[in-house]
Amino acid sequence: MSVAFPFSAIVGQDELKLALTVAAIDPGIGGLLVFGDRGTGKSTAVRALAALLPKMRAVEGCPYSCDPDGDLAACPYCGTHKDARTRTRPAAVPVVDLPLGATEDRVVGALDLERALTRGEKAFEPGLLARANRGFLYIDEVNLLEDHLVDLLIDVAASGENVVEREGLSVRHPARFSLIGSGNPEEGELRPQLLDRFGLSIEVKTPTDLETRIEVVKRRDLFERDRAAFVEKWKAADAKLRARIVAARKRLPAMEASDVALKRVAELCMKLGTDGLRGEITLIRAARALAALDGDAAVGDSHIRRLAPSVLRHRLRRNPLDDTGSSVRVERAIVEMFGA
Amino acid sequence: MQAPAASAWERAVLAVQLLAIDPAGLGGMHLRAPAGFARDALLGLLRDLLPADAPWRRVPLQIADERLLGGLDLAATLKAGRPVAERGVLAEVDGGVAVFAMAERLAPETAARVVAVLDRGEVVLARDGLSAVTPTRLAAIALDEAVEADERLPAAFGERLAFFADLAAVRHGEIGASSIDRDAIAAARASLAQIEIAPEMQAAICGTALALGIGSSRADLMALRAARASAALFGRAEVAGDDVSVACALVMAHRATQVPAPPAEAEQEEPPPPQEPEQGDDAEPPTDSATPDKPLDDMVLEAAAAAIPPDLLARLKVAKALGGGAASAGKSGALQKSGKRGRPAGVFRGLPGQRNARLNLVATLRAAAPWQRIRAAASAAAAPRVRVLSEDFRVTRFKQRRETTTIFAIDASGSAALHRLAETKGAVELLLADCYVRRDRVSVIAFRAGRAELVLPPTRSLVRAKRALAGLPGGGGTPLATGMDTARELAEAIRRQGGTPTLVLLTDGRANVTRAGIGGRESAEADALDAARRIRATALRVLLVDTGPRPTPLAQTLSTAMGAVYLALPRADAAALNRVVRSSFA
Repeated sequence: MSVAFPFSAIVGQDELKLALTVAAIDPGIGGLLVFGDRGTGKSTAVRALAALLPKMRAVEGCPYSCDPDGDLAACPYCGTHKDARTRTRPAAVPVVDLPLGATEDRVVGALDLERALTRGEKAFEPGLLARANRGFLYIDEVNLLEDHLVDLLIDVAASGENVVEREGLSVRHPARFSLIGSGNPEEGELRPQLLDRFGLSIEVKTPTDLETRIEVVKRRDLFERDRAAFVEKWKAADAKLRARIVAARKRLPAMEASDVALKRVAELCMKLGTDGLRGEITLIRAARALAALDGDAAVGDSHIRRLAPSVLRHRLRRNPLDDTGSSVRVERAIVEMFGA
Repeated sequence: MQAPAASAWERAVLAVQLLAIDPAGLGGMHLRAPAGFARDALLGLLRDLLPADAPWRRVPLQIADERLLGGLDLAATLKAGRPVAERGVLAEVDGGVAVFAMAERLAPETAARVVAVLDRGEVVLARDGLSAVTPTRLAAIALDEAVEADERLPAAFGERLAFFADLAAVRHGEIGASSIDRDAIAAARASLAQIEIAPEMQAAICGTALALGIGSSRADLMALRAARASAALFGRAEVAGDDVSVACALVMAHRATQVPAPPAEAEQEEPPPPQEPEQGDDAEPPTDSATPDKPLDDMVLEAAAAAIPPDLLARLKVAKALGGGAASAGKSGALQKSGKRGRPAGVFRGLPGQRNARLNLVATLRAAAPWQRIRAAASAAAAPRVRVLSEDFRVTRFKQRRETTTIFAIDASGSAALHRLAETKGAVELLLADCYVRRDRVSVIAFRAGRAELVLPPTRSLVRAKRALAGLPGGGGTPLATGMDTARELAEAIRRQGGTPTLVLLTDGRANVTRAGIGGRESAEADALDAARRIRATALRVLLVDTGPRPTPLAQTLSTAMGAVYLALPRADAAALNRVVRSSFA
């Protein structure tokens, strides 16, 4: 795997960076969708995420990297190995790339051909969904993903379980992952069901001031000329952010969302007429993660305000008479509620 | 400076030299030219300038994923009795050049796969039970023979290629024998990594991109690399102003979305705002420049502006008029899944005959290949050459151009019936025949007597359409708003299913029943106007045919509110109506 551009060295794109950080603190938020112009560093930011994620503990030998303290009964490996809870290893949180052109057998997993042929064993070879368990599954150009893979992802992302019935195999294994998608809206729209699986959605725009642009080019150029040195230079900044994420995760379980905050969120969602409760729940979760990141005692208006656009903009019903973008509508509602 | 505004051929030759110095860094070239001498000469030159062992592969338009990205090697797998991987074309061309023929017709999906490889510098394979990451650094040449406006290189692909050259106007005589020194290029390639670039040069590149209205930072980076390659070419240790000029002209001219204000006026009226003030602080004016009285940015801009194709703005306008923005998918992008026709869109496990999918023999054999040894051992019977079981079956699904559905919303109320319902029916019948020829689908909505009715759901059946139309009764009030709402809802449903709806509304504009079903001219007309605005918001293509005895302001207002093409129909015959409909939607 080639060296990724350091997260801290990304110029601008504050909303995107905040969303990625929040998603790293609480995977339960459900990943994010990044839509925007070409050449704005969408995939650079997502690929930089891996280096930020603190290590996790996983069951040794388990192909699905199960959490030793979690529910192991659902896992075909851990469920059959009694000592699973005691044999653990530190593991990197996976950020798995789903490349375009991937075939279904590699995504869901299939019969292990080598083993079947050389040893005559019927064994399951886990696919990308298995590798992404407890981590992130990244799809670049998500709107170009083939329909049958989209169907499959929609189902697995909702159930957290991958059910494989093929080639005489019958396997079900945990596949809880956050989806990260990126794309250019001009290439096509996403199915509403898939859109709904993303916790946050970000719109990235091209920086229009010269200084930012120069800085982007300067850093990228330095990175390309000597990757190792550049990464080394930004290592400390990345480590610092990682430490903040770890600290935020520790604070998260105790983070309170007061009734006032809950009411605020509900009011905002009602005002915008978002479909279903998912928007509200996600906004509360995301605001808690942000409050934990900031080291605040409780969820306040400022946390809700900063994340509301990312959480809500892809959940608005389209109003045919209003051609203003969703972002504008969310901003407007926020200003009306919280004041300018 | 090196006169970047020289002829198209000279520019192309310069671009090719830079590309030969840093192929992977510059990504490649978008080469618009008819097949012929100029194109071959340029490609020959590039091939000549690359290292002798650099791979050079031509990639056909309809290349399948297993050849593009890699997959299971069928022959080797059958022979070995175990899965054997095969590299794809992109991985094979590592360190060289892939030439994409007829790239203007390349499917966006295929282009996205190539783009991913160009971006990452590696092929990520997850196919046919194989997973592999292969480092792959290559340059891509997109050959573009586009003639029609809707044939265009996928934008994401063009974005990754530093250069663009249009050789259509290059005459035979311009192409001289090249006197380019291969060794000089090789030397430049070797020295590339040591070339320095000063901050003010970087600033000039970014400033030019901003002034030309280029959104993507990729353009800046490409120009930076091109400037470096140019410096290497001319044996400089540091990027000079000339290199930046050349690079901006070659990389940015074709990406420009606005033409910068002429420098003289820019000084007086609105100076290109951001760059001037900061420049003065940290960057001293380039003293060694040939034109010391001009700031660097201006010079660079001039070079880039001079290289901008003259019809750029005209083309932009056309693109905007065609819908622009989100709807820019246009004809070539509007595709839909189909069982049997069109371009292959993926191979799936399944039985032939199911959902009209067609058996893909090679993919089926590929699926069966690894199992041959086991299957041979399992059955004692005399062996067929290849044992294929039903679980091996692979089928291909196809995509075809999205079909158009024409929705006729017909005012069948008393007033319309009185005047020309018969004529309207005749016109629709003619249009139906036309739609049939074009394989379009049609649908008919009639509104009368307080309600709108979907008389004919979208169909391609001419017979059914005719029957529905013949049985269409007339008379009663005019619930115009309800009719328009129904038509809009149907259009949106069609769009969601991947079709392209167009709406033909035949009415005299006289509404007298509101949405709520209550009579009353004034409120009914207000409702209709509201319905018209909603239709406009959906950006539907609409034709309003005024079926009143004479043109009415009502119908005209309605048409404007919808953004429709308005057509008054004073005693025209059905054939004339048909002609008009055809030409306004052509």
